[in-house]
Amino acid sequence: MGATFSEKVLGAKAWKKVKAGEVVTVSPDFILSHDNTAAISLKFAQLGVDKVKCPDKIIIILDHVVPASTEKYSQNHKIIREFVEKQGISNFFDIHNGICHQVLSESGFAMPGKLILGADSHTTSYGAFGAFSAGIGRSEVASIWATDEIWLRVPDTIKIEMKGSFAKGTFAKDAILKIIGEQGADRANYKALEFCGSAVKDLTLASRLVFANMAAEMGAKNGYFAPDSRAMDFLRQHARADFKPVFSDPDAEYEAVLKYDLSILEPQVACPHTVDNIKPITEVEGLKFHQGLIGTCTNGRFEDLKVAADILRDKKIHPAVRVLILPASRKEFLKALREGIIEVLAEAGCVILNAGCGPCLGAHQGILAPGETALSTANRNFQGRMGSRDSKIFLASPATVAASAIAGEITDPRKYL
Amino acid sequence: MNKGKVWKYGDNVNTDVIFPGKYTYVLMEPEEMAKHALEDLDPSFAAQVKTGDVIVAGRNFGCGSSREQAASCLKYAGVQAVIAVSFARIFFRNAINQGLPVVQSEKAVRNISAGEEVEVDFERGQIKAEKGTFKFPALPDSVLSILKAGGLIEHTKLFIRNVDIDDMSF
Repeated sequence: MGATFSEKVLGAKAWKKVKAGEVVTVSPDFILSHDNTAAISLKFAQLGVDKVKCPDKIIIILDHVVPASTEKYSQNHKIIREFVEKQGISNFFDIHNGICHQVLSESGFAMPGKLILGADSHTTSYGAFGAFSAGIGRSEVASIWATDEIWLRVPDTIKIEMKGSFAKGTFAKDAILKIIGEQGADRANYKALEFCGSAVKDLTLASRLVFANMAAEMGAKNGYFAPDSRAMDFLRQHARADFKPVFSDPDAEYEAVLKYDLSILEPQVACPHTVDNIKPITEVEGLKFHQGLIGTCTNGRFEDLKVAADILRDKKIHPAVRVLILPASRKEFLKALREGIIEVLAEAGCVILNAGCGPCLGAHQGILAPGETALSTANRNFQGRMGSRDSKIFLASPATVAASAIAGEITDPRKYL
Repeated sequence: MNKGKVWKYGDNVNTDVIFPGKYTYVLMEPEEMAKHALEDLDPSFAAQVKTGDVIVAGRNFGCGSSREQAASCLKYAGVQAVIAVSFARIFFRNAINQGLPVVQSEKAVRNISAGEEVEVDFERGQIKAEKGTFKFPALPDSVLSILKAGGLIEHTKLFIRNVDIDDMSF
């Protein structure tokens, strides 16, 4: 019997052949933390160790509340900068770079076969490049800084086989929402997701990031795409180190194989207050909302901003709504700026924010008032996440949010494409 | 173990309603964190919860963010244990790492009602409730050793000092 990608990567790290279900002690290649680094550094201080064991494995990216919105947050950032200085951490990205998952990816740390752990649930994102990446807690990060090891359970794997190509007005976001809606928010709890099938070769890396990012919303430990020529072209230019791609064996054992045909997909919307509360757009059309959000680590890349601009070009957003643009990173923002996309969005009446997480988690920049509704391209719509406990969040693709922003109510983007 | 009053909730109790994101990226004292526990799910909880109380919930408890405060705020609020049909992966790790015992038992969840008093016995692996006694399997050794040490930070301290945790009593 062959091995899955996850069994192979964790087996290589544990220096033995392993099967799903085993618990292994491993040493990760990279450990990510963000604004939570201040809290982690206090936990680290409790361990009685002066220096981190492997400073070059540590990646710290400030993104959650950038620039700091209150003195408490600025104090938090200050503690982190002092920690970085004291520990000699070179992979530090200050507030101007963007959201950790995009910055880590575009900076070439997300490499095939690497084990990347992060104190953020959407650390699953790096599977888009063939890495094994999973979210962990703060104490665990502090512990790894000191010991360079952690225990992990080797996950069972669910294969998601996708065929066909997207019809007009549908995108990676619609596909992953459809999958989560059908399978449920805990279907992949403790498990790995392997995205494969004939449709994958046509998916851009940005689109693969949408799937891997939202694997977390199905409860998955990690999500994975086998690195192909598209991934390798990017990695040849950006990879930070040598790497060896890891692939599942053809006779590997899977917990389940789920099949999806992308060509019959309709635009999808996640309704309040769970990501698996999915409806086709035709069932929610006409619903009024107050704030649109286009961006985040899920859908804030160049291709997302471009599709929004294509819809909003020479149009104005409806006077009853406001729209926030939240690029995934400064690099993606610059690409969009140079192509005139930012200008189109600003002309349409959108508020252009700096790259960061802010409104997605209700930290700052666009908090919802009681009774307000948001239509967002983010990955999570939990009650109160973007502000008031009495607000609502619907999730959709950038095209759906852009089209809806013109109409002032949830609208099928196919009418505008 | 002492008896604890049950607070009962449904499926998919997520980290945002357990500990809102707006409090997550500032440093906060334990007593302050306890005041915000379950704020967006049950605003009455933090004021009324008593030390030793037990949370009983449905599937996928703690789904969402990796924020460790979702586990620690419950512990600081005095919660003795969380009993659920299932737990989200990162919350499960965080709870163990914070020394907050988590018990997976669908049968117990189905048969326990809000407000009743239950007794959770980790040594015997059982929950005594009004409608009967419900058994649950022991946690794996690697996980138990972290709980025994009082959480991951204490566990790692012992690891660094090369102390054999398995020799310690619970």
